[in-house]
Amino acid sequence: MIPAIRIAGVTKRFRSLQALAGVDLEVAQGEFFGLLGPNGAGKTTLISSLAGLARPDSGTLEVMGHDVVKDYRAARLALGVVPQELVFDPFFSVREMLRIQSGYFGIRNNDDWIDEILHHLDLTGKAGANMRMLSGGMKRRALVAQALVHRPPVIVLDEPTAGVDVELRHGLWQFIRKLNLDGHTIVLTTHYLEEAESLCGRIAMLKAGRVVALDTTANLLQRFATHTLKLQLAAPVSLPPPFSARIVSQAGTELVLGFDHYDDVGHLLAGLRAAGGEITDMALGKPDMEQVFVGIMNQN
Amino acid sequence: MEGFKTLLYKECLRFWKVGFQTVLSPVLTAVLYLLIFGHVLENHVQPYPGVSYTAFLVPGLVMMTVLQNAFANSSSSLIQSKITGNIVFVLLPPISYQEFYAAYVIASVLRGIACGVGVLLVSLPFASLSLAEPGWVLAFTLIGGAFLGTLGVIAGIWADKFDQLAAFQNFLIMPLTMLSGVFYSIHSLPAFWQGVSHFNPFFFMIDGFRYGFFGVSDVSPWTSIGVVAVCFVVLAVITLQMLARGYKLRA
Repeated sequence: MIPAIRIAGVTKRFRSLQALAGVDLEVAQGEFFGLLGPNGAGKTTLISSLAGLARPDSGTLEVMGHDVVKDYRAARLALGVVPQELVFDPFFSVREMLRIQSGYFGIRNNDDWIDEILHHLDLTGKAGANMRMLSGGMKRRALVAQALVHRPPVIVLDEPTAGVDVELRHGLWQFIRKLNLDGHTIVLTTHYLEEAESLCGRIAMLKAGRVVALDTTANLLQRFATHTLKLQLAAPVSLPPPFSARIVSQAGTELVLGFDHYDDVGHLLAGLRAAGGEITDMALGKPDMEQVFVGIMNQN
Repeated sequence: MEGFKTLLYKECLRFWKVGFQTVLSPVLTAVLYLLIFGHVLENHVQPYPGVSYTAFLVPGLVMMTVLQNAFANSSSSLIQSKITGNIVFVLLPPISYQEFYAAYVIASVLRGIACGVGVLLVSLPFASLSLAEPGWVLAFTLIGGAFLGTLGVIAGIWADKFDQLAAFQNFLIMPLTMLSGVFYSIHSLPAFWQGVSHFNPFFFMIDGFRYGFFGVSDVSPWTSIGVVAVCFVVLAVITLQMLARGYKLRA
């Protein structure tokens, strides 16, 4: 099957900044794919290159088998992009803007689908409102609606939940999950790592324009994260081996130890007691994407 | 083709929604010029035999309005979209750069025509006008509007802030239109300035357009249309190359 997205050897330089330094990536059809990285890692440049907003210096990018430069019409028809910036056209109402966007993609009389999108994004009551009158969260959802008017098989969301409150965020993810279940490929960039962990089947991490990790979410968690035991101590303590190897972090009286199985907890606590540690507070933590992210970024 | 049609429709709707600013204001400005200059100079200047100064002034003002508003339409739309960031909505869809160019320029011509027709209609009670060669009126309206619409696309893409666009408008477009023979026949100028006027493409647009009304002009309308056509083609080629390269639009 043709991959939804194929990126091969893509480089892009902005003057002295090497934004992309040879990115290779494939996203299969139907995947919910996460693209993570710190600010300036190249995520938005990569998405811009995919969408035709930026032109790579070398390499090729394809959407559903269509080269984004040579066969740009087919590639752009297959792609819906929710931009990171909260941009809108102040001249038009939500419905006008969605009709215009449909027309740009060659679709006339798209009101049935527009109504459905508005309903799912909880914007039906705002269809006639000027874009200027919407709150930040509504504008964000209107941007999502704009990216979906032409029913693209591949949807790229560049930090779609920035500035969206928790309730609306849940509604948005429900809708995006539904689109994914309907067969749409979703590519997500986000700084909310717990979102990426719960939504994405596979994740790529970018740093300084390079892919530094690419695997399923489960494998990344297994390889780079552990259960944690977060302890608050009465006084700092020096743990001897083999317990010292379990230290994830230690700052003053706060100590975080890693472990693989809950059976290990008793053993760790015994070691701590033997070293003279007095516990004043304690919390257990599951492996999470933040550990994976921090671990991988520090490694590279 | 649907993408092009929608972009054209959007560009027209954009200026129509703020019609007070984009159509009625320029009409009022032109009519004020007509009233003031007409009142002061009507009995002192007769540029062509049998043509009153006010009648002479009307086609010049109409064309000036067409040109200035054609420029304003594409340039202001593009810079607003760039600065607010909503230009991405036009760059993401499968619209070719030729369609992009055509939509912005045709919308500019249409706004120019809307403003020009407004000035003409409001001026009719003040001057007795003939329409000797309507074909020339139409030809110069279309090519003049397209020329300035194209210049507006260049300015809108090139400018990074409103200040730069204002400089383009105030230091290039405004002097070239005001010194193009809108308010006078270049035959009333000293020989040197007559010669200088021939390097101003706006002069040929105004003069050719005026020929359509009176059947007389400072230079042959064929010469004028030739000069304007060559200038337009050169600008169009430059603009299309800018768009093809994605200059200041696609990083």
